[in-house]
Formats: sequence, C-alpha cells, structure tokens
Amino acid sequence: MSAPRPALEAVRLVAGFAGQEVLRGIDLAVPTRRITALIGPSGCGKSTLLRCFNRMNDHLSGFFRRGRLLASGRDVYDPAWSLEELRFTVGMVFQKPNPFPMSIRDNVLFGPSLAGVHDRAALDTTLESSLRHANLWDEVKDRLDASALDMSGGQQQRLCIARALASSPDILLLDEPASALDPIATVRLEETVRELADVVTVLLVTHNLQQAARVAHRTAFLYLGELIEEGETTAMFATPRERLTEEYITGRFG
Amino acid sequence: MSVRRFLAVGTAQRWLTAAALLLALAMIVGLVTVVVRVAAGFFWPHPLVELVLADGTRLLGEESGRDVDPAVAGATRVRMKVGNRELSGADFVWVREVEVKERREPRDAWLLERREYGTFYGTPRRLEGPRGAVDATAPGFAAALAKAIDEAAGRFDEERALLARADRLHAPVARLQVRLNAATVAGRDTTALKAELDTARAREQEALAPLLERLAGLRAALAEGALVMATADGQEKAIPVSGIVRAVAPNGLSTPAKLAVYLARWWEFLAGTPRESNTEGGIFPAIFGTALMVLLMTVAVVPLGVVTAVYLNEYARDNAFTAAVRLALANLAGVPSIVFGAFGLAFFVYTVGGGIDRLFFADTLPTPTFGTGGILWASLTLALLTVPVVVVATEEGLQSVPQAVRDGARALGATRWQTLRRVVLPYAAPGILTGAILAVARGAGEVAPLMLTGVVKLAPSLALDGTAPFLHLDRKFMHLGFHIYDVGFQSPNVEAAKPMVYATVLVLLVLVVLLNLTAIALRTRLRRRLKRAVV
Repeated sequence: MSAPRPALEAVRLVAGFAGQEVLRGIDLAVPTRRITALIGPSGCGKSTLLRCFNRMNDHLSGFFRRGRLLASGRDVYDPAWSLEELRFTVGMVFQKPNPFPMSIRDNVLFGPSLAGVHDRAALDTTLESSLRHANLWDEVKDRLDASALDMSGGQQQRLCIARALASSPDILLLDEPASALDPIATVRLEETVRELADVVTVLLVTHNLQQAARVAHRTAFLYLGELIEEGETTAMFATPRERLTEEYITGRFG
Repeated sequence: MSVRRFLAVGTAQRWLTAAALLLALAMIVGLVTVVVRVAAGFFWPHPLVELVLADGTRLLGEESGRDVDPAVAGATRVRMKVGNRELSGADFVWVREVEVKERREPRDAWLLERREYGTFYGTPRRLEGPRGAVDATAPGFAAALAKAIDEAAGRFDEERALLARADRLHAPVARLQVRLNAATVAGRDTTALKAELDTARAREQEALAPLLERLAGLRAALAEGALVMATADGQEKAIPVSGIVRAVAPNGLSTPAKLAVYLARWWEFLAGTPRESNTEGGIFPAIFGTALMVLLMTVAVVPLGVVTAVYLNEYARDNAFTAAVRLALANLAGVPSIVFGAFGLAFFVYTVGGGIDRLFFADTLPTPTFGTGGILWASLTLALLTVPVVVVATEEGLQSVPQAVRDGARALGATRWQTLRRVVLPYAAPGILTGAILAVARGAGEVAPLMLTGVVKLAPSLALDGTAPFLHLDRKFMHLGFHIYDVGFQSPNVEAAKPMVYATVLVLLVLVVLLNLTAIALRTRLRRRLKRAVV
C-alpha cells in the first residue's frame, strides 16, 4: 500500500568520509506518510544515511558521496534548490534534545521566522498545531514564553519535534530521538512519533529493535554499509528473508 | 618513609599550595584592611588636643601619628596636625613626648574646614556680622555660627552658578575670538569677523549687566561676617564666614552628632568638587570621569572584540595566519600600557583628532578641538588595550556552544549567519560578559595611557552637562587612578593629603567591585539558564 512516488529515495548511494566508504551502494525508497525505521549495529552507517537526505554530512570535513538522493522526487543536490529550502522540506530531530536558549514560542517558531513569516495569526496557528502534533500543547500552553531550557528532557525532545514540524516539512528525519531519554519519556515520545505519520513521512534511526517494532510501519536493516533487507515491519520481524537479519533481530550479534 | 614515597604522597605539595593561597589572601586582606582603616577613620571627628610644652609653647590640633623618638630610648614622638597654615607655615609638627608638660582636650576648641589655607584650629572669640557681634560665650553662638555658615554657603553656590552662566554667555565671544585669531594668523580678511565679534560683545554686555549687578551684591554679602578665633598661643585672627565649609567642636560632641559630621564629610567627599589643588573637598568629578570613561570604553571594546572573535572562531580556517593573529593578541595583552598611551596620542589625538579638526573645525585652528587629549581618545586607547581580553573570553564562549545546538539551527534551514546571530551568540553571552568584566576591571584601574590622552588634574567642567550637545567627547576629564597619583605624589601638601589618597583608593576599589559584581550577577543569571539545557 505504499504511495506511487517515494518521499525519499537513495539510488546506488556510496558515501563516506576521507576516502573511507561508510555506505556501499544503497538503494532505498521511503514511502510517503509512513514511518520507516533504520536499524542495524553501531557503525553500520544508518545515521550517515539519514543525514544524507538533508545534507547535514556536507558540513563534516572529508565527506564524499556518489549516486542520487531524492526528496519528494527532487534531487537534493539540485543547484536550484538551496540548502536552506531543502531543510524546510526535510526536517530533522537529533539524538540529544537541543532547544535554543529562548522561549518555547521562539523555539517552535524559529523555522517560520527564518522563512520570513511575520503574520501573527498564522504564527499562532502554526505554534499551536505544531505543539499539538508533538503532544506538548497541553503541557506548555500556559507558559509559552517560559524558557525552553527549563523543560524536562522528554519535553525538550518533543519540543524539537514541534520545532521541526513548524516549518511544515514533507519529511522528518529522527536520529535516535529517544536515546537520551528515560523509559517513561521514551513511551511518550514513541506515541508522538506514531501519530506523526498523519502529517509527515518519518525516517527513524534507532538502535532499539523493540522501538522499531512498536513504531515503524516499515523497517530497513543495514549492515556494514549495505542494505540487507527492507520491508513491512511485522513481516520482517516475523519471517526475515535474510539469515543476517534473523541473527540480528534475535540478538545473536549487535 | 623514603623521600620518594614522601614526594609521591604529596602531603608537602598540598601544604605548599595551601601556603601559596594563604599568602595571596593575606596580601589582599592586608591591602584592603589598611585602605579601609585609614580611609574610614579619616572622616571621623577626632578629639582636639592642646599640648603645653616645657618651653611654654602651646599647640592645638589633632594627633595624627606616633613613632619612636630617635633621641630618647623607649620614648615616642607625636605628629600633631596644627593647621593654621597662613600663620605657622606648616600643617604638621613633631612633638617629642618627653617635652610635653600638659595635655588636655578643651571643650571650647573648634576646628574650621576652610575653602582656602586648610584647617584652622582655635577657640572662637566672637562672630561679627552686619547686625553686630555675638560673643562666643553667649548661649546662641553655635546656632548663629551655623546659620551664618549656611547662608554664606547658599550665597557661595549662587555665585558659582552665576559665574557658570557668565561663562556660557561668554562662549560665543570666545569662539569668535579664536576664529579671529586663526584668521589673523592665516592672513585672511577679518573685517566681517570683527564686526560679528563686536555685535557678540555688545550682546554679551547687555545680557551680562543684570548678572554682574547680582554678583556684586552677592560678593558684598559674602565679604560681610567674620569669625574671630584665638589660636593656642593667644593670637587673634578674623576668618571670613564665607571661607568656612564646616565648623566643628569635636570634644563636646555626642556620638550621634559625631556620626552626623562623619556622614556629612563622606557625602562632601563623594559628591563635592575638589579644592586646594585636590587635597581637600570632594572627588565627584573624578568618580564621574572614571565611570563615563569606562562606559565609553566598554561600548567601544565589546563590539570590536566580539566581532574579531567571531571571525577568528566561526569563519577563519585554522591556519598559520590565525595562529599568528592569536599569538599577536596574546602578546598585545603584555605590551606596557604606556606604549598604548603613546600610540593613542600619536594615532587618535594627533592623526584622527588633527584630521577631524582640519576637516570640521578649521576655522578655529591652531586652537585644537579634537586634536588634543579628551575623554573619547582616552576611552578608545583603553579599548585598544583591553581588546585582547574580550577576544579571548569571547572565543572561549563561542567554543563552549554545543555542536548539537549549532546543528539544530542548521537543520532547521538557518544559514551560517542566522545560526550565529540567533543561536550561537546568545549561547556565548556569558563568555562575552566575562570578557567585558575583565576589560572593565583592567580599564578602570589603568592610569598611564590616560595621562597622555586626556586626563587632567582639574577639569573645569564635566564631559556630560546641560549645554548642547550634552556629551562633550572632546573634553578633558578627571580620573580616580590619576587623582590618587596626583594627590599622593604631586600635591603641594602630601602629608595632609595622604588620608585623601586612601579614601580615593577605597572609592576606586568599591567602584571596580561594584562594576564587577553587576556584571557577574548578570553572567550568573545567564549561565544558570544555559546550564539546564545540558541533559
């Protein structure tokens, strides 16, 4: 039941740092408005792959890549598509919550203000809808002008999701978003992520297999820079096609 | 225990480090204690002592010091402040304890703080006024004296205000005079200027007439009234009431009354203007000059330092050039401050100031406007001196901004500049503030460069006043640090002025501490908010 045009697509993608290949020919299509999890042992290249789609790797020294990368059907290296506009389309949330030293409101509206939106009513609507989608509205609606740094870690991470959503991206990249959170905050975050599929396409990197099983519609398994297997999560966890996948999800290595 | 074992355990090292800390603390506490003790005690009304010596000499004054009598073993000698400079010629005399026959504290001994000639010690005889004399033994004497001094002070203030107004009225004439001189020197046609000058003179005379009349009346009133005092050896001396700042009979005063005198003296010191070539009166112009100069310096140095640090840390690559720049900055912090003063004089005063004069004030040359030392050039010179401090502190602040936060802003579509402006700089604010604190502390205490670029012993007017353009950046100014040097080492009466030096040091220390505390409080608040961001 995947959409006709994938939201994200990597075609024969080879990438790495300082001559060292991290990704060795990845072909992956991420379907629209679904949640896709990238799993694999540490160092398999899942975070590198994720960061290829919004070109965050470009800021790191020695980065190189070959092959094509598409977001919403458009080449992310299209010269007519500026880096900033690409990132309005492909949002990202990091491992550690990284709120800015400003109010909750200003954090969420950071993206729209960069895009030059100044209409109060429009901004207020964006603020509320973003916070609602991030399951944060009820907790913070009375203190929108309080500092974001005074929130708990879990709230901060959901604030980062709201902040990414405020630019109304088509795609949201989540890089192990729960790894710095306690179990209760993780549950709340997973609930939030599950509901995100209504508004965006989600590509989620996680080292937690249970999390992938709980949250993702589809799962892709990476091993040593290669895509081993990709498919519906339930099918993959029940009957993996590859022996490597089976060994990984049954915990024989990782 | 072997020596190696002993050294390895490190007990001795621990004691050594503790001793070093203790030494540093002891020196700081010692310095502050000495300053506070002398400065705080100076304004307290000390008892007046009358000494009768073996040869019959009578002395009246304050005991201001004591040390070993070099002639007699085990005995001491006393330094008496006897004042009455116009009669005796010296403020202080040494009295050998062995020569003292009698010592008492007479209740009718008064001290008069005067606008000229320093303190007068003596016993009042009578107060002579336009409405007759009041004898010192009469019941209403003290009240009458206080009233007369108060009235004279009011007239004195009015006289000063009138003179200031006269100065302002004279300003157009003075400006024209300077232009006329300049034109004459340059050989230009002066007819028009002369006519203009005559008109301005006539206008000044007209405006000045009622003012001069009032001034004459005031001066006549000020000349009236004299307090006849008897010195310890019986000489009588009439002292004009208008010359008396404060009359105190400390021996008869209760503690609250002494406290009142003490506070009044402090207030005069902090809020008053100096007299007697700075050895008496207040230091307000110096406090004001220091604060304004530090403020101007901060306004100049913080943007310059921050912008430099931002380029070094955010834009420039790490290469030999940036390494050289950092090395140069570190070395700049070690250049003697007088060198900065010489540079400020050559560059700011002569080159920039001279250029401004040639461009905008050419009609008054050769009289300089900006081409001479002034508060602006002094501030800019100190800004140059303190810029390395701000650069280093800001760089540390920028390096402390988490990469995750920078990435977060970039991932939201912020450009490099937007990330810097909206996320990185607010995060680095505590570091920037640290730099500003260090710059202020360094700048407020610096004296040498100022002596070449605009500080003076006595500035006729503050750099900020009620006449347009209100902030006079070209004016010379007074400074607490220079004031300490001037009063302590350049004044005609160093011994009498010594406590003033301590009091001025105390004020400078308090000023620097206050500036620092304000900035530290601000930084702590910022830091506390930022700390919570780290999960």
